[in-house]
Amino acid sequence: MTQLALVIDLNVCVGCQACVTSCKSWNTSGTAGSLADLNPYDEDPTGTFFNRVQTFEVGSYPNTETVHFPKSCLHCEDPPCVPVCPTGASYKRAEDGIVLVDYDKCIGCKYCSWACPYGVRELDPERKEMTKCTLCVDRIYNEALPERDRKPACVLACPTSARIFGDVHDPDSSASKAIRERGGYQLMPEWGTEPSNHYLPRRKTEMTIRPDEIVRTDNPLKVDGLKPMPDASTPALDDAASW
Amino acid sequence: MNPAFSVILLTTLTGAAQGLFLALFGCELAHALNLSAPTPGHDFYVVGALISLALSGAGLIASFFHLGRPERAWRSAAMWRTSWLSREVIVLPAFMATTALYGLSHAMDWPLTLATGAIGAVLALALFVCTGMIYACLKFLQEWASPLTVVNYLVLGCASGLTLASAYAALSAAELMTMMTSLAIALTLLGLVTRSASLLRNARLRPRSSLQTAIGIHHPRIAQRSQGLMGGSFNTREFFHHRTLQFLRSVKWTFLLLAFVLPVLLLAAGAATTSSPLLWLAFAVQYTGLLAERWYFFAQANHPQNLYYQTIS
Repeated sequence: MTQLALVIDLNVCVGCQACVTSCKSWNTSGTAGSLADLNPYDEDPTGTFFNRVQTFEVGSYPNTETVHFPKSCLHCEDPPCVPVCPTGASYKRAEDGIVLVDYDKCIGCKYCSWACPYGVRELDPERKEMTKCTLCVDRIYNEALPERDRKPACVLACPTSARIFGDVHDPDSSASKAIRERGGYQLMPEWGTEPSNHYLPRRKTEMTIRPDEIVRTDNPLKVDGLKPMPDASTPALDDAASW
Repeated sequence: MNPAFSVILLTTLTGAAQGLFLALFGCELAHALNLSAPTPGHDFYVVGALISLALSGAGLIASFFHLGRPERAWRSAAMWRTSWLSREVIVLPAFMATTALYGLSHAMDWPLTLATGAIGAVLALALFVCTGMIYACLKFLQEWASPLTVVNYLVLGCASGLTLASAYAALSAAELMTMMTSLAIALTLLGLVTRSASLLRNARLRPRSSLQTAIGIHHPRIAQRSQGLMGGSFNTREFFHHRTLQFLRSVKWTFLLLAFVLPVLLLAAGAATTSSPLLWLAFAVQYTGLLAERWYFFAQANHPQNLYYQTIS
């Protein structure tokens, strides 16, 4: 059984928001319909986004690290938003595990957004329908696109390749390998929703410097311990000769 | 959560309607079982059923204002196998239809009023369970995820319904008033106990989610620097009440006073002086208190998604 998902590498995300704008751009002009942008240039701008990058500061000054944290629908294995939907508009696809909203059935009761602990569903203020990340379902199967472009818009936009897209149930996929080899984890495991999207933890980066990296052993001017220039204390030509 | 007035009205109005219906049916049942209850005429049941129908109808209308797309509301009965909201959508009209039939049976002097009433009573109780479970089944809203939520919807609905029934009985069937007021007082006091129990429980809750589990970084000191947006969003509007703690606390004491303490005093005074206006006042005060109680119920629930929306910058 396929379960498509994103694996997000917190070690390399630089918080550039490229995935956010790319997601908004693709999805507001795609088959799913527009995503509202109210008062974009006035006070109180608001709008619908499927994907946000948040920033956290970990530790206390001066020993802090900035963690950029992208968050979109996690496409849970056991999504709590699906059983509560009274109309069946919210559903999980059996064939690839993507959680979707049938916009034509949604009555805008917001109950599914209450049932999602991650806050990744948004009621569009103009359409009055519940919207959410579709994993770009209209891209990844689109045969009009070249094969290498059949990925979610956020994945293609990421300049640091912080996002890996793939089948997390297939042990040979790059997504599964990354989870396995780098300790990929799920958000809020305490609620048993089994999110399919995983996050790769940050890694400690340490620099090991060997002495021969500072002092080049093959430096021709250092051969036999000879210094390339005479000491300041040794007499110079000017001292030795009077002109 | 950010309390929605439409949902507050829906739950309080239908709660009173269900409580009133249960009071009417209880009367008829007590009479049928020869519990030496006084027997009101058919008119008492007819008008009572009409009041109950009007209240639940008003609640049903209020519920539509909660929907983004009310024109598609008919779809919401589809998922009764999994969704408590869907179950409520089915049981509420069924309860209203049975209430109408119950009133009609009494008006037309048809037989089987007791059987119709029994079905209506089962539906009223089922509706309390559905409404309560809509909230109690959301396990990570820890303030709601408790059997006390269902118990409170049931007891508070019955209490307000019986207070209404006392006021109504004082007008049209005075011989029932003493029984109704004593039941209303008993249920209001029971409501005070169960609601206080949930307040105590919620005050002692330890949230299971933290910023650490929310982003999966297990450092003790994490502070949000940006929530990914500069203005508001659905996430900042829907899941937080934007009021101060003092305001929340004052609403709590207000509803404890208005929904429980004052109604008990007014009911006792009304029963002692057989004064119908005092009993109507008791219902008005209790209903206002229940509006505050329901507001507080929603506002107090702390959704874990708020962990992701702590700082704008």
